[in-house]
Order: sequence, then C-alpha cells, then structure tokens
Amino acid sequence: MISFILNNQTIKTTAKSGMTLLDFIREDQQLKGTKIGCREGDCGACTVLVGSLENDRLIYKSITSCISPLGNANGKHIVTIEGVNLEEKLNVAQQVMADNYATQCGFCTPGFIVSITGHALKQENTHSSCSDSVSGNICRCTGYKSIEKATNVIEELLKKVDSLEVLVAKGFVPAYFKTIPKKLQQLQTSKHSLQTTEGTIIANGTDLYVRHADRLSLEEVQLIGDDTSLKGIEINNGICKIGASTTVTEIAENKDLNKLFPKLKSFLKLVSSEQIRNMGTLGGNFVNASPIGDMSIFFLALDSTLTIRNKSNTRELAFKKFHQNYKKYDLQKGELITCISFKIPDENTKFNFEKVSKRTHLDIASVNFACRISVLNKKINKAMFSIGGVAAIPKVLEKTNQFLKGKELTKQTVKQAEVLLQSEISPIDDVRGTIEYKRLLARQLFFAHFVELYPNEINLSSLF
Amino acid sequence: MKNIDSYTHLRGESLFVDDIMVRRDTLYGLVFDSPKAHGKIISVNYTKAETVKGVVKIFTYKDIKGENQIGGIIPDEPLWAEHEVHFQGMPIAFIVAKSEAIAKQARALIEIEIEELPVITTAREAKEKGSFINAPRSFNLGNTDKVFENCKHVFSGTVFSNGQEHLYLETQGTYAIPMENGNIKVISSTQGPTSVQKIVAQVLGVAMHKIEVDVTRLGGGFGGKEDQATPWAVMAAVAVQYLKKPVKLILNRHDDLRMTGKRHPYDSTFKIGLDKDLNILAYQVEFLQNSGAAADLSPAIAERTLFHATNSYYIPNVNSIVHSCKTNLPPNTAFRGFGGPQGMFVIESAIALAANNLGIDKRIIQEKNLLSENDEFPYGQIATKVEMKNSWHTALKHFNLEKLEKEVEEFNKENKRFKKGLSLMPVTFGISFTNTPMNHARALVHIYQDGSVGVSTGAVEMGQSVNTKMLQVAYETLGITPDKVKLETTNTTRVANTSPTAASATADLNGKAVLKACKALKKRLITVSSKMLSERKKDIKFEKNKVYLKGKKTNISWEKVVKQAMLDRVALTENAHYKTPIIHFNKTKEKGHPFAYHVYGTAITEVSLDCMRGTYEIDAVKIVHDFGKSMNLGIDIGQVEGALAQGIGWMTLEEIAYDKDGRLASNTLSSYKIPDVFSAAKKVAIIPLKTKGNKMAIKKSKAVGEPPLMYGIGAYFAIQRAVKAFNPKHKIKFHSPFTPEKVLMSLYEK
Repeated sequence: MISFILNNQTIKTTAKSGMTLLDFIREDQQLKGTKIGCREGDCGACTVLVGSLENDRLIYKSITSCISPLGNANGKHIVTIEGVNLEEKLNVAQQVMADNYATQCGFCTPGFIVSITGHALKQENTHSSCSDSVSGNICRCTGYKSIEKATNVIEELLKKVDSLEVLVAKGFVPAYFKTIPKKLQQLQTSKHSLQTTEGTIIANGTDLYVRHADRLSLEEVQLIGDDTSLKGIEINNGICKIGASTTVTEIAENKDLNKLFPKLKSFLKLVSSEQIRNMGTLGGNFVNASPIGDMSIFFLALDSTLTIRNKSNTRELAFKKFHQNYKKYDLQKGELITCISFKIPDENTKFNFEKVSKRTHLDIASVNFACRISVLNKKINKAMFSIGGVAAIPKVLEKTNQFLKGKELTKQTVKQAEVLLQSEISPIDDVRGTIEYKRLLARQLFFAHFVELYPNEINLSSLF
Repeated sequence: MKNIDSYTHLRGESLFVDDIMVRRDTLYGLVFDSPKAHGKIISVNYTKAETVKGVVKIFTYKDIKGENQIGGIIPDEPLWAEHEVHFQGMPIAFIVAKSEAIAKQARALIEIEIEELPVITTAREAKEKGSFINAPRSFNLGNTDKVFENCKHVFSGTVFSNGQEHLYLETQGTYAIPMENGNIKVISSTQGPTSVQKIVAQVLGVAMHKIEVDVTRLGGGFGGKEDQATPWAVMAAVAVQYLKKPVKLILNRHDDLRMTGKRHPYDSTFKIGLDKDLNILAYQVEFLQNSGAAADLSPAIAERTLFHATNSYYIPNVNSIVHSCKTNLPPNTAFRGFGGPQGMFVIESAIALAANNLGIDKRIIQEKNLLSENDEFPYGQIATKVEMKNSWHTALKHFNLEKLEKEVEEFNKENKRFKKGLSLMPVTFGISFTNTPMNHARALVHIYQDGSVGVSTGAVEMGQSVNTKMLQVAYETLGITPDKVKLETTNTTRVANTSPTAASATADLNGKAVLKACKALKKRLITVSSKMLSERKKDIKFEKNKVYLKGKKTNISWEKVVKQAMLDRVALTENAHYKTPIIHFNKTKEKGHPFAYHVYGTAITEVSLDCMRGTYEIDAVKIVHDFGKSMNLGIDIGQVEGALAQGIGWMTLEEIAYDKDGRLASNTLSSYKIPDVFSAAKKVAIIPLKTKGNKMAIKKSKAVGEPPLMYGIGAYFAIQRAVKAFNPKHKIKFHSPFTPEKVLMSLYEK
C-alpha cells in the first residue's frame, strides 16, 4: 500500500510502485493538468512538486513525474497544477504570467506554474532565481521573454514573503497547504513500508525510467532513494563522505561543500535541470555508467573511493577502477554502492569542472572535464584530470596526470601535457560531435582548466 | 486584451485531445512503422502480436475500404505501406488494443522482413539520381546571363540549411468516436480540419458529410499539424469504421519524432553579381529541396522559397529554380516560414560572401539594395506600400547602430578570449496562401436569445491567440462587452470547406468573415432598435451592451434589443464568406500578384563568443517590426518573440541528424535540443514600426505568425562575424545550424 497526499486528498493505493507518478496522476486520478510531453524528463510539461517532512519542516522540490516511480510518493505531499489553483481566481504566479502574455498554446504552462510554485515554496530563496526554477521547462511558443518578465515580477513579489502563512495570505498557494504537515505526520504513523527484494533497484529513476518505463511500470520496484543510510554529506577527519542516494541538488545546496568548492553551484547548474537535479543521485549517475556522466567525471577528479556493500560484507574500491568498459562496472549481483568519499583538498589544491554541450543547460555533454591540481612553489604537486565523452568510460587521464606531477606550471608544461592527453583519448563520431571536434574540445577544455585556475600563470593566447 | 485561454491554460484546465474524457469502451492505437528507409516488404508476421491478450485487431492496407491514399497535393502517399517502404518510420500497420501498453507489447512481436534498396538521404544525391517529386519551378526576371558578363564583381557559392523538428509540446493525436449510421466524429489536433475530413472520407470510402472533425485547440502546431495530423486521424477512423468502438491514438514523442516530417533541409547554389557601386544586378540560384519520400506540402513550400529568394532586396535580373528532391526521409512538411526562411538564408549568404570577399561590411550591400516602392518582385508583383527602408532606417536610428558597431569593434580589440559579432537581417514576407483558391474563410455567428454570442470560424487556435482576435473583432463590431462572446471549437459541421490554419493569414481571412457576419447582424439589430425607439437608424449605436441614440446612452440594453428581435422573428444567425480580393497568380507564366500585402522588418542581432570553449550567447536582438496597426500588441509581440526564438534555434543549436541508412539519430529530446530559458536571447527589444496599416489586413493589423522567424537568420551571420574577428583565416561557410561544434572548428581552422 502506497500512502501519500495528492494535493488536498489522502491517497492509499495498491497500484504497482514502479508505475510512473505521471500515469497515476493522469490515468488513475484523472487529473489532466499534468501533461505528457516527452516521457524522458526533458521538457518539464509533467512537473509536479514533492513535499517531504524534514525535521518537521515541509520541503518542496519540483520533479518530472514521467520518470518518477509512484512508490517514491509514499509518505509525501504530491502537488499537481490542480493543487496550486485557488478556488475562483488565478493565484499570484498565474496572474503575473497572464499579465505578461506568458502563455500561448498552454500545453507547457502548467509545468511552468508548478515549477514556479516550487520556487515560491522554498523558504530560502537566495541561492537560485525564479527563472532558474524553470530550467527544466521547455516552451516552444513564447521564446521565454514573456516568461522571464513574469518570473522577474514574481521574484520581486516573493521578497516580501517569509513564511507559508504569508504565501497563503498573498494568494500564491491555496490555504490547505497549511494543513499538510499535520496530515503528513498522521500519514507517517500509518505508513506501510514498501518491502520487496525482488524488483529493480531504483533510487529516483531519472535514468532507468527514460529507457525502461514500460517494463518498470509493471513491477514492484526496490526503492532506495529515501533510504537514510544511503543519504547525507559529512566531513570527518579530512574525509568527505557522501551517501550514494544523495541528490545533485542536495550536493549543490550543502554549505560545507560550497566552502570546499566555491564555484560548486555554477558547476552543477550545468548538470541537467532543476527537476532532474532534485531527483538524480550520485549512485545512479555512477551505475548509469555513461562515458559522459557529469557526476562520475566530477568525482573521478577528486580521486574518490566507493563504499560497496552486499548482505554480509562491505568493501572499498577506488572510483577510477569502478568503470571497466562501456557500461560495464565492478558491481556484483546483490551489491549496492552506499557512499563515495574523498580527501578534503588542502589550500594549495584547486578544482575545476568544464562542460560543453550543444545547449549549455539541460543537455548531455559533448565533452565534460574535471581536474584537481595541487601546486606548490609553482610546481605541480599532484594533478588529477578526468574526462568524459572521449572514451568508452568516464576516463581518468593516467598518463597526463603522471606526466604533470612534479612539473613546473608553465605554458610549455601545459602544451606538452595536451599532446599526451590526445594519446590517451579515443573519441567516436556520434550525435554529440565528430572525433575532430571532441579532440579539439578536449584540448580547449584542458587549457580552460589552467586558464580558469591559474590566470596569472597561463593565458589562452600564450598556448598557441 | 490577454489570450482568452489564459485562465484555463494557467490552471491546467484547458482541454487538449489527450485530456478529453473518453468513453469506457475506448480502444488505443499504436503505429507499427518501417525499420528500414527503403526496401521491398518480403513478409510481415503479425501472428505473435495478434495473440497478445488485449489486442483487438491489427489493421493494414488490406482493411481499407476506400483508397489507401493520403497525399494532399499529389496522390503519392499511402496511409499504410503495401509492398514497399520509403522511409524509416513509414506506417505499415495499426495495432488496436485495450491499452497502449498492450499495443506496445504487441508491436515488439511483429516480425518483418525487408529486402533493402538503396537509400537516398540528401537532396544532392537525389538530384544526381534524378529522383524528384515533381517538375522543377522557376521564377525569372530580366536576363541574368547577359548581365553577369557586365558585373564588376561576381561570386558564387553553396549553402546548406538543415531541417528543423517542430517540437510542438503536444504530440500528434486524435480520438475518433462512432456515431449513429456509420458517422464518425474525429477529434483531432490538426491545423487543417477540412483536410482531415476529406482524407478520412476518401480512405474510408464514405461521403464527407459522414465525417465530423472537431478541434478545440492545439498544443502547438507550427506547420507540423497542417498536413501531418491527418494520417493519425485516418488510422483511428479506419479502426472505428471496422470495430464500431472509439479509438484513441496519441503518438508518443519518440514515434512522433521518427514518423513525422520536419522543415526541409535545402542544398543550394548561388551566383551573385554586383556593379562597382555595390548594386546587386544579377542573382542566380538553384534550390535543392530535400522533400522526403512523398510530396506532402513540398511543392507549395518550394514555390514559397522562390517567392522569397530575393528577400528584401530589389534585384533586376533573377534566375531562380527549385527542385523538390525525393529522398528516403519522412516526407518533410510545413514549418513556420514555409520555405521562405530557406530562400532568405541563401540570398543573405550570397551577400555575406560578396561582402567578405570585397572586405566590406555586409550591411553596406544590404542597405544599398533594399526594396523600394514600385520595385518588381521576380514573380511579377509590384511592391507597394513598401516599409522596408522605413523599418531599416528606424532600426539603425532607434537602436543607434553606429554606436553598437563601435562598441563591438572596441570590445574585439580589447578582448582576446571573447569576441562579439553583429548582424542585420531585413525581412520582407508575403501574406496570402500562394495558391490563390485557398484564400477564403467563413464565420458562423449566433446571437442567442439572452444576448450572448457564439462565434465559429475555420481558424484553429494553437497558441497564436487567433480566437482572441476573433473575439475582439466580434465584440468590437457588435458593440458589446467581451464576456458576451464565446469562441466555439473549430468544427467542420459548422464551418465547412476551410483552408488550414496556416500562411499567417488565418486571422485576416477568418477575421474579415467574422467582421462581415457581425456587421450584418448589427444592421438587423439597429433596425429593431430604431423601431423600438422610433428613431432613425443612423442615429443609433451599440456600445458595451447599451443602445446609444445620437451619442447618448438610452435605457435600452443589448439584451432587450435581442429579445425584441426574437419577437419580431429577425434572424439572429449569420454566416459570412470572405475571399481576399485582387490576388491572382499564373503558374504557367509564373507571374502575378499572389500576395495581399507584405510584412516588413529589420533585426539587429548581437552575439558573444567564448573563443576558448566555442560556445556563444545571443546578447540581444533588436527589432523594428511592421505590425500594421496591431489589434493586440501584447499578443503580436509574443508572436515575434516566439518566432524569433524558433528562427535562432534553427540557425544555431537545433540539429537534425539522419545517418546514411536514413535512421533519425536525433530521435529523442535528449539528442535534439530546442532553445531553453537560458539560451534565449538575453535581450529582445521590439519596436512597432509606425505605418498607416494595410486595409487588406484585419483591422489593418498585419499578419504576424511567420515573418519574424526569419529575424533568427541574423544570428548565423552575427556568429560568423565574431568567429572571423577571432580567426581571420576562417573561410566563411554557409552551413546551418552554427552549432558550438562548428564554431569551435571555425575558430581554430588553419
């Protein structure tokens, strides 16, 4: 039995936990405001909010319901467009969108409104803007300018809002939202856990549902996205440990990590969209094993270690040994990645992440590239470069890293290393680019790391 | 006035085909399509698929009672393949089952054996092999051969523009319901209800009056649902005819991407000749249109390419030819601009090449050759009420182009890693269906006895707010408040024999019909009022639901007049017909006056390149646009902004890719990227050009749907300029879209 609150209504259902939340909403509940645009999380027309109680506070996040298993709604508040409507008038976001001509054909519009409402419901609005909240919503009619005008107005209006009470009073959301925490608590007590050891293991489904939604929909799946033992970010004794079910958003919003990586948010803004970052987990990205997995590239450069467990044992594995061949990795049946850990870099160490894709946001990289370099007295102490999109696996540039060790940080070093880099990669022609392009891009982004991290020592034109 | 659908759109209450409540016995369809781009069907085995529990029937061409033919202009396209397949994604069969999931299971079990035949994917290859849809078309003016000899400068080159996926957010879909007596009601997401009705009747072998097509609205169309909404409706209807049960077919995104045609890719060759003063004296161009495997609308699109081959320039000697090349891609189809953008990209490329080779700014040649009053277009129409130079010079002045140019120049001097580029894009776009007989529309207006009004037209609402404009025409003409008027669905039983909602002309055509109907109704009600007041008709007016006498409000309301009209047995319904006057075109001579009027405008595009990464941003697009006297500026600006984004998308990041076997490689939303909120131009400024308007447009408010798309072409040349600023060795090419890949390769080209 899956129990949750859908808008203002308590749901108890025996539907398969692997069914998509979208199908449950549209077919089972006949709520037709949530639209089907692509079923791959790439358009945002099916955006809904997931509210969960964290330390007695309700935290709302937007997700694409097309690639989300129904089972993950258990114990949560799910909000569709119908759930943000006021009785007989437009809510504030809707009115501002109307005033700015921000709806044309109307098909994508509910998704935009839900995303914006998710933004409004965030208690701290400092880290992302209202227009960031629609990063996963595609509109083919408006060209976005009217939507931007609207989100700017909404942003201003939200400055005067500091609580759910005010949001309700000002007409951003209906009043029933105030009753949800209590209802959820009552629901929690009667919550049936979803126990199964048979079905496919799924964290939040952002990859598996793109490819296998039809099959998964018929299953009772094993859901590990909410398993607290697999979540969380902690730093102890110079080691940072991140649970495998931690989402990209949770990483982006973590204060400690932002101290460690001051540009973390801008790096992670290049990873997918708000909705997908709210679901996508580290472990999922690693086992998806795409040669251009953004998080794989990111954590390879940090020389991370995976912790893997099965029923009886736990083992550790250098992350760079995890991916073995195209989509092949070192994980046996019954094993699960529980966390990833890396050493906190010292003050001489710098980190950078580069990604170029056809569309800068919500796109898969042509090449993505991360590095961690430690420089002392103008000498490279240690270098760790990892690159995606140029080999069968997310690639650690072993030879290049080895070569750089102990070298002076000069343009000659960088140029020599680049030659080596080219010998280590083997890109193929595909929809993300030709071989020539990927090689050139690898060179440019390799240079970019140095230009970004050591602008005083290396500038771009000196490299040609 | 805002889009009248805003309220329900924003609340998620607007109904699209997939949202309509279905009958309990509804069945669901799924198309089985060809896995090969070209070949002979040796065998198809449906046995395993048919035994899947819940599969009701699998339909093939053998089940068709009428003709297995859906071609619109040329009858060259079967609904379901019989013995040969001509593109990957070509429908072969239609699985009808109790659920879509069951149909999918069944589809995976169909076994097909195809003897493969050679595959053609490019227009050039098709031309070499003599594979064409129809005979080429050619528009000519003056004598190019003679004049080229006397030109001081002659340049020639090649141009490629890629296709473009419509990516309407709502995929193709239909719901067909059996009515009594073998009648069928088809709810369709189509821009062309009449063509759906006609083709359904043809394939079912029944009279058109047995088929009712109803359209509430579309979740985007952009031309992709002009002709290509039809096959899905027909398939569902065939199943309904046989099974006598409602059948729903909503294409999933991947099927939609794979099975439907797109904007036509064009391979073109040009030769341009200029005199010493940079007047363009001669222009020769050959367009190879990649039409795909069947005609669809390709011949009409090819024609419009010729109509816009010289864009906004007067060129006294023009020789233009277009070949519709038959290839093994899905039949390419209408897409906002309808061949015009492809034509304009070539002339702009020719001018860019000339400027590049002469070492001057492209703008100088553009400006020198802009269209003037009484200039002759290559198709014989004399340009009148020309606003081209007006829009151009207004843009230069209003946006202070010289300052912008100087800023770019200085920025480029000071910066090595980042470069900026600037370009100007003039647009002249003809309004009317170029097939003259299509320029007509009708409106049916009812005034109900309580004074409320229902308006039906042939226009299909697809986000462009045509219904809002129709409502404006109705309430303003009748002198009542907007809330009194309701726009009805577009339905073939109320308004028959319609032209599709296309060619930017729908508001003009249908609006004029609404205007005519409302005027007639008002005239009758004025007569009624004049009797009620015992006053002269010419002294009576209606305004905001009140009767005014000699400018003074009376105590007689609109409702009271309508009530009296009922008692007097006055007809409160009017059906009006409008056809565009003046226009004509002789296809034998290829001369005439095909357009009611032209829309003009100028866009300035500014871009920034990150020369380290090869990525770019559109900093600003500044536009002076000829709206005529816009009847709804908010909505019209929305049309310009949306079209611009599509045009920029087509020119920059939207990249259709077919492999050599004719398989669509950009077959998902993760591999085909349209603009998102971050890739939109940072700043878009749109200034309405001050003009007197044009009487041929509804309320002098010019058509706005398509013309602004072509402003997006400016992005290509702005990027090209920025690349050139970084790498002087870059040999300029004309091969859209200008993706980050092409940018980076060009930046470091040796």
